[in-house]
Amino acid sequence: MSSLKEYLEGYAGGVKSLLTGMGTSMKVFCQKKVTEQYPENRHTTLHIPERHRALLTMPTDDEGNHKCIACGLCQMNCPNGTIKLTTEMHETEEGKKKKVLVKYEYNLGSCMFCMLCVNVCPHDAIKFTNDFENAVFEKEKLVLTLNKK
Amino acid sequence: MNDYYNLEALTSVIHAALCGVMPEWVALTIECVIVGVIIILLYAVLAVIMIYMERKVCAAFQCRIGPNRVGGKGGLLQVPADVLKILIKEIFTPAHVDKFLYSLAPYLVILASVFTFSCLPWNNGGLILHMNIGIFFVLAASSIGVLGILLAGWSSDSKYTLMGAMRSGAMIISYELSIGISVLTMVVMAGTMDIHELVMGQADGWNIFKGHIPAILAFIIYLIAGNAEANRGPFDLAEAEQELTAGYHTEYSGMHFGFFYLAEYMNLFITAGIATTIFLGGWMPLHVPGLDGFNAVMDYIPGIVWFLGKTFLVIFLLMWIRWTYPRLRIDQILTLEWKYLMPSALVVLVLMTFCTLMGWTF
Repeated sequence: MSSLKEYLEGYAGGVKSLLTGMGTSMKVFCQKKVTEQYPENRHTTLHIPERHRALLTMPTDDEGNHKCIACGLCQMNCPNGTIKLTTEMHETEEGKKKKVLVKYEYNLGSCMFCMLCVNVCPHDAIKFTNDFENAVFEKEKLVLTLNKK
Repeated sequence: MNDYYNLEALTSVIHAALCGVMPEWVALTIECVIVGVIIILLYAVLAVIMIYMERKVCAAFQCRIGPNRVGGKGGLLQVPADVLKILIKEIFTPAHVDKFLYSLAPYLVILASVFTFSCLPWNNGGLILHMNIGIFFVLAASSIGVLGILLAGWSSDSKYTLMGAMRSGAMIISYELSIGISVLTMVVMAGTMDIHELVMGQADGWNIFKGHIPAILAFIIYLIAGNAEANRGPFDLAEAEQELTAGYHTEYSGMHFGFFYLAEYMNLFITAGIATTIFLGGWMPLHVPGLDGFNAVMDYIPGIVWFLGKTFLVIFLLMWIRWTYPRLRIDQILTLEWKYLMPSALVVLVLMTFCTLMGWTF
């Protein structure tokens, strides 16, 4: 008798769990679809997460000044040797010597987006943006100069 | 019941006109050829529609959109493009196969499927194969398909195909019992095996309403077993992609593979069509006894629309099952059939017999 009870209980439990599954899938059926229709929606509904790392940039203020102090920490921390700084020593009016950034070269082709450079920067001079459409036909075009002046 | 769309008048006019200009046997031959061409065309067109539907429904169940690029906004030309591709592919025969059986197998599968397909009641007067044991014939003809599957698996001379064929043979032969018993349940209620009479008997309400509880239970059992008969998930272990590449049709290519694929989809349509015929009234419009005005309005909708509408509804139910559950193992499948489904079907059969004897059906 107990085995019959077991059988019937298993039967009922099975039917119940199957119906739960059907309910779940019907809920998904009626949901809004998650597919991104990429090339069509790039100017409308395209959603890239805010923290997505796509391209290293050096933000500037309204007058075009960046915050880089040419300390070279990013270059030293980069595991791939992606960043190359060219600096010059300038003498200020008070007679102090100061390192000044001439050229900030960033090779997108060898960057692995580990974000060590951004994390180590003492003045938040560089940051990653969401502009991910970076494909080009020649590898030379991947070497970018980040500072404008 | 008013019948505005009876095809019988049209077909007898055509027959009389043909007999007027030629001997009857020539007329019959010509009619048979025309009907055959219509069946095959319908078969192909419906398969294309169903593959499209399957892809869209599957996508929706997985929170995707599905094909949407080829042929404008809805991806309407995706499936025709796939059909064209498969038509121009080479039919390749591996070196060690049994050549005769290897090329015979797909035709057996498609033959079984076309046989059962021609038993569907499309419209009043639109039943193509009419015989007084129609439902019986459907069950018998659909069993030819498993022969084709077994032959394909054996003759391909490959481990994958053999295992797929053995699994599917064990499964289909088992589930045939549940299908047979659940169909028998409705035959007990309707008192006929003739498909035309089955449909005409539902003029005062579909069988699923007339037979209430046992009919609904039989419908559910039929759907589960029908899904297994059509080799579709969660019973698709015969072609379990992850373990067996493609199961029994691994070694087939081009249109030979296409035949298996076509037959699989059309078996789904046939399963749904037979379910529509015996449970949901075939081409019969929805009639509620007593509401004469409502019944008259329903009669204005042609039978073919009713039949296709109900069939696609059942197909949607079957797809819902398919895209909800994960694939079962072979022992689980046989446990489900022999320990749960078939006993339930027998209980429902006894229940229905009792109800019919006591006059508890409407």
